[in-house]
Amino acid sequence: MLLKTLNKEARKSENILNALLEYQKSKDTNYISEEELAQLAEELGITESRAYSIITFYSLFSTKPRGKYIIQVCNDVPCYVNGSTNILEELEDYLEIRVGGTTHDGVFSLERTSCLGCCNMSPAIRIGEKIYGNLTKDDVPRIISEYRRKYYEEV
Amino acid sequence: MKKYSLDLITGNCGKIDPYSIDSYIETGGYDTVRNIFAQDCENIINEIKKSDLRGRGGAGFPTGTKIEFVYKSDITPKFLVCNADEGEPGNFKDRFLLENDPHQLIEGMIIASYAAGISKGFIYIRGEYNKAIGILEKAIEQARQKGFLGKNICGSGFDFDIEIYSGAGAYVCGEEFALIESIEGKAGRPRNKPPYPVSAGIFNKPTLINNVETLSTIPFIIREGAEKYTSVGTPTSKGTRLVSLSGNVNRRGVFEVPFGISIREIIFNLGKGIPHGRRIKMVQLGGASGPCIPPEMIDLRLDYKEFENNGLSMGAGAVIVIDDRHDILDILRNIMVFFRHESCGKCTPCREGNRHILNILDRFIAKTATEKDLSTLESILNVMTDTSFCGLGQAAPTAILTALKYFRYEFLLGIYKEYEIKNAV
Repeated sequence: MLLKTLNKEARKSENILNALLEYQKSKDTNYISEEELAQLAEELGITESRAYSIITFYSLFSTKPRGKYIIQVCNDVPCYVNGSTNILEELEDYLEIRVGGTTHDGVFSLERTSCLGCCNMSPAIRIGEKIYGNLTKDDVPRIISEYRRKYYEEV
Repeated sequence: MKKYSLDLITGNCGKIDPYSIDSYIETGGYDTVRNIFAQDCENIINEIKKSDLRGRGGAGFPTGTKIEFVYKSDITPKFLVCNADEGEPGNFKDRFLLENDPHQLIEGMIIASYAAGISKGFIYIRGEYNKAIGILEKAIEQARQKGFLGKNICGSGFDFDIEIYSGAGAYVCGEEFALIESIEGKAGRPRNKPPYPVSAGIFNKPTLINNVETLSTIPFIIREGAEKYTSVGTPTSKGTRLVSLSGNVNRRGVFEVPFGISIREIIFNLGKGIPHGRRIKMVQLGGASGPCIPPEMIDLRLDYKEFENNGLSMGAGAVIVIDDRHDILDILRNIMVFFRHESCGKCTPCREGNRHILNILDRFIAKTATEKDLSTLESILNVMTDTSFCGLGQAAPTAILTALKYFRYEFLLGIYKEYEIKNAV
C-alpha cells in the first residue's frame, strides 16, 4: 500500500487529487514514478491513464525525480518589471543548474512558476511552502545556504 | 476630503487574529448567521439583488440572480464552490482576504448556502496558497466547534459544511467548469456551455460558484443592508471593490476602493506614484488577460459602464503599472509565454494560437517582421477571441489587441523595412 490513510473517503473522486498530492509530498524526491502511479491508480480505483492525465496536467506534479526543496521563481509581469529575471539568473549561477534542473546533491530543483499571488512583494520566489519576497540578487546566497545547512543537519 | 479607500469588507483585516474565531466574534462576526434563519430565502436573495453585487472574479455576473437560479432548482443535492483559485498574474486580493479574515468568507458562504438551499460547500484554493489553506483549515474547525458549521446550525435545522479542496497548479482551473472537473478528480479542462454550473455543475448537480471577494461581501450586505452598501460607488457600479496594485509603484498592495475612483487616483494617491520619478509606459488592468492602456487614459474611472464604453473589461481588479524602462513588446512576450504555458490544450484556437502569436511577436522584437505578419497576427487574435472554447483563450489576446490599438507604433517599428535598407545603400 502506498497510500497510508486509504479508506473509502480517499477513493471518492473529489479526493483523488489531494491523495496524489499528499503522496508526492511524502517523498524526498518530490515525484511519482510510473510504477508508483500504476499502483496508486489501482488503490484509488481509477484507470492508469486517468491517473497519468492528472499528474501530467497539473504543474505541481512531476514524473521525474526532483530535489527535496523546490524553488519556484515567479516571472510574470508584476515580478518581471521588478527584476525577477535577475533573481532567476542569480539562482541559476549559484546553484549551477538551469531552470528545470536539479542540483547534483538532490537538494534543490529550480522551476519557473506562474504568479504566486505575492505581487505586493515582487520579485518573489517560493521554496517548499515558504515565500520569499522583495528579493535582490544579494539575498540569494543567504537563503540557499540556509536550506542547504538545514538539509545536511537532518541527514 | 475625498476618501480613496474604504473598509466595508476589509475592516477586520490586520486588526483581528485570523487564527482565532473569538477575535472575529468580538467584532460582531457570525451575528448575521444567528439572525438569518428567521428570514425567508427570498428576502435574502432580494437584499443581495438590491445591492447590485456583481461577481468579483472577473465576469461580473449579478450575484443575487445567480443565487436565485440555484434556489429555484428542484434538483438536490446542490453545491457551493468558493473559487479561491486566484491565478491571474497581478491579483492577490483573495489571498489577502483569506489570510486576514477567513471567518467573513465562511459567514458569507453560510448565508449564500442558506439562501440557495445548499448543504455542502467547497473552497477550491490553489495549491500554492499553503498559508491560506492552513488558516482556513483552522477557521473551519473552529466554526464547527462553535456550531456555525455542521448539522443543525444554531438550532435552525439547517445543515451546511465546508471542505477545502486544494488545486495543483493550473491557471485554467479558475474557469468554472475546469474547476468542477478538477474537483471531480480529473484534469481541469473546461466543458461545453450551456448547461451552466447553476443547473449542472459538480456531479451534474446545481452548483453555485462565487469568488472569494463576492462571498466575503455578502455578510456586510445582509448585516448593514443593501441600501448602505449602495450608498457608495456610482449609479452604474455600486459599492466597493478590492484592487490589487502592483508593478512599478511605491506602495504596492490591496486597497478597497469605492467604484468611481480613477486609475490615476489608485496609482498616485494610494500607490504613492512611480519610484525614482520615472514615468508610466503602460498600465495593465485586470491581470494578464486584461487590457493594456497608455498613460493618457489613466483618468478612466473604475466603473463597469465606463469600462464597457471604452471596450475594456475590469477583470478581477488588478492594476499593474509598468514604467518607461520597459519595452512594450517585451512585456507582451512575457504575457504570451504565460498563456502558452497555461493553455490546457483542449481547443485548437487557444493551443495553437498562443504559440503562433509568440512566434510572430518574436519576429517583431527581432525587427524582422513583415506587413503580412501584422495582418496574420490580427487575424489570429480575432479568431482566438471568437472561437476559443473557454474564457482563457477568449481573453488571452486582450493584452495584444489593446496594445495594437494604443501602441501600434511599437509594432510598426518591428517591421523590417527593405526599402529603407536599399535607400541607405
